[in-house]
Amino acid sequence: MIRTVPMIEARHLTKVFRDKKRGEVRAVDDVSFTCEPGRIYGLLGANGAGKTTTLRMLATLIAPSGGEAVVAGFGVATHPAEVRARVGFLAASTALYGRLTARETIAYFGQLHGLDDARIAARTAQLAEELGMGDFLDRRVDTFSTGMKQKTSIARTLVQDPDVLILDEPTLGLDVMAARGIVRFVRECRARGKTVIYSTHIMSEVEKLCDRVGIIHGGRLLAEGTLDELRERHGERDLEEIFVKVAGGEGVV
Amino acid sequence: MKLRDTLTVYRKELRDALRDRRTLVSMFLVPAVIMPAIFFLFGTATYQVVKSAQAQPPVVAVLGGMDSPAVKAALEVQPGLVVVPAPDDWRERIAGKRLRAVVEIPAGFEASLTEHAPAEVRIYHYEGEFKSGYAVGELRRFFTELRERTLARRLEERGLPAGFARPFDIRTENVAPPEKVGGNSFGGFIPYLLILLSFTGVIYPAIDLMAGEKERGTLETLLSSPASRLDIVLGKFLLVLTVSLTTVACSLLSMTVSLVVGGIAMIGSGRMAEQLSGAAKAGSALPSLDPLGLVGVVVLVLPLAVLFAAVALTISLFARTQKEAQTYLAPLVAVVILPAIAGVLPGVELDSTLALVPVLNVTLACKELVSGVWPWGQLALIFGSTCVYAGAALAWCVRMFGRESVLFRS
Repeated sequence: MIRTVPMIEARHLTKVFRDKKRGEVRAVDDVSFTCEPGRIYGLLGANGAGKTTTLRMLATLIAPSGGEAVVAGFGVATHPAEVRARVGFLAASTALYGRLTARETIAYFGQLHGLDDARIAARTAQLAEELGMGDFLDRRVDTFSTGMKQKTSIARTLVQDPDVLILDEPTLGLDVMAARGIVRFVRECRARGKTVIYSTHIMSEVEKLCDRVGIIHGGRLLAEGTLDELRERHGERDLEEIFVKVAGGEGVV
Repeated sequence: MKLRDTLTVYRKELRDALRDRRTLVSMFLVPAVIMPAIFFLFGTATYQVVKSAQAQPPVVAVLGGMDSPAVKAALEVQPGLVVVPAPDDWRERIAGKRLRAVVEIPAGFEASLTEHAPAEVRIYHYEGEFKSGYAVGELRRFFTELRERTLARRLEERGLPAGFARPFDIRTENVAPPEKVGGNSFGGFIPYLLILLSFTGVIYPAIDLMAGEKERGTLETLLSSPASRLDIVLGKFLLVLTVSLTTVACSLLSMTVSLVVGGIAMIGSGRMAEQLSGAAKAGSALPSLDPLGLVGVVVLVLPLAVLFAAVALTISLFARTQKEAQTYLAPLVAVVILPAIAGVLPGVELDSTLALVPVLNVTLACKELVSGVWPWGQLALIFGSTCVYAGAALAWCVRMFGRESVLFRS
C-alpha cells in the first residue's frame, strides 16, 4: 500500500441529535481530517467535546447526519459491514462477557469476523503469546483483574488482524500498569503499519503517542497538526496550554 | 441476513445462558417445582374436603313431619347425617353455613303414602356449596329409597311384577371428557399455566440480553463486529424463545411426571371420594386432561411465545438499565393474567371477535382443547392472528434494534 493514501478520511462529518430538552444538538459539526497507515492520530478533547460520537461514526455504530467518512477504502454510510470487518474498535465502554472465558471471547469475535476454526485457534495462540495471556486464557472473564480484562479486550479487537484501529479513550478507568499496557500496544500497532485513531483527554498520552493531533471542542475540530506544528502555531511548549488557548480560554473549558 | 452469524450469536447466547444461574432457575427449577406443587396441593385439598365430609356428617334439620314419626325416626338414625330440630331462623343458618340443608316433610306424609295421595318433599340448600350439596345428596338418597320401597310394596299388594312400574331402564353414559362433566376449572388452569410460564420464561433472558448488555457495555462491543444488526437481534431473539419454550417443555414434563408419580394417590383419593359422596362427584374434580388437547395447546402457545419474546426484547431494548427494564416488564405480567380472569368470567365464550384478542384468545381456546373440543375455524383464526401479531412484534423488534437512538439512548 502507498503510504500517502489515507486509511481514514473524514470529510465534513456532522452528527445532529434531537434531544427533548435541549432540542437539536450538533454533537459533531463539520469535522474533517485524515489518518495514514503507520501513524497515530490523536483526537484530544474534554468530556462531551464530540470525540466518542466522531469515533462511533467512523466505526459505523452510528450514522453521520452529514458529511462522509471513508475507512479502509469503504464509505461508512454505504458499506458499514465492510468497514467493521477491517476495523478494530476498542473503547472504555466496550466491555466483555463475564460468563465466557478469554478463549471463548476471542473465538466468538473471530467467528463474527468470518474466520474458520483453524484460523481462530492460530490467532488465539499468537495473541495469547504476544499479550501474555497463557495462564488465564481458559478462565472466565468475570474472575479477571482489570489488566487481564484489558488484555482480553485487546485480543478481541485484534482477532481479525484489522488494518485500522479506532480507540476511544481506551485507558479510561484503568490503573497505571494497565494504562501503560495500552500505550505499549498502540505503539506496537503503529510499528506494524496499522492506522490508529486514538481519542483521549489526557495530554501526556497524546504527547507520548500521537503523530498528529486534532483538538476537538464543542463538536468542532478547532486545530490540527503535528505536535511541533501546533507548538509553533500557538507559541506554547505545553500541550495543555495549547489546548486551553485553542478551546477559547479557561472560562470555556 | 447471514444465517451463520445469527447462529454464532445464538450459540454464544445459549452457552452464556446455560452458565447463568438465574436463567437456569427460571427455565428448569420453576416448572420442576411449581407443577408438582400445584398437583399435590390440589390432590390434598380434594382429599381433605372429602375426608372431612365423612368425619363430620353435615347437620340437617327437619321441618314438619309431626304426623310422620316413622319416617322422621328413620331419618334421624340415617348414617352420614346429623339431624337437629329446625330452628326458626333456618334459612339464615343455611346461608351462614351452620346448617347444611333443611328437609320439609309435608303434613300427613305417611298417611298419603298408604292412601296413594300425591305428596312433595322439599329440600332447602345452599347452591354450589360443597357440604350442602353433600347433605342434599344424602337426603335425596334417603327419600329415593323410601319411594322405591313404597312402590315395591304397592306392586306386591296388587300382585304385580317388580318391573310393572318400570317398563324400561334409561341408562346415560358419559362420552365427554370427565372434566367437562364436573365443570372442572382445574383442567383449564393447566394450559393457562403453560401460557404464564412461557411469558415468565422470556422476562429474565430478555432483560439480560438487551438492557443488561447495554448496561454492561457488551452491546457496543458486539455492534462493532461485522455481524449485521439483523443477525444479532435474531440470534438474541432465538435464545429468548428457546428459554421460553424450554420452560414450557419442562412444565409439561414435570406435569406428566407429577401425574404418573402422584397418580396412584390421586386415583385412590378420587375413588374414595366417589364412594363417600353419592352426589358430590368429587371424583370428577380430579385433573384429567385430553393429551391430544395438550398437543393443541402447545401448538397455540408456540406463536404466543414468539410474541412474548419479541415484545419483551423490544421493551428491554428501550431501557437503559436492567432495573429500568424490570420496571417496564413487570406490569406486563398483568397483561397475561387479566385474560385468564376474563376467561373464567361467566358468559365469556370463544367467538370470532374474541378469537382476535391476543392472549385471551389462546386462553379461551385452551379451555376447549383440554376438554377435547376442537373448534377448528376459531382455532385457525387464533393461530393465524397470533402468528400475525408475533410477526409484527418481531418486525418491530428488528426495526428498533436498527435505531441508534434506541441502542445508544443515554
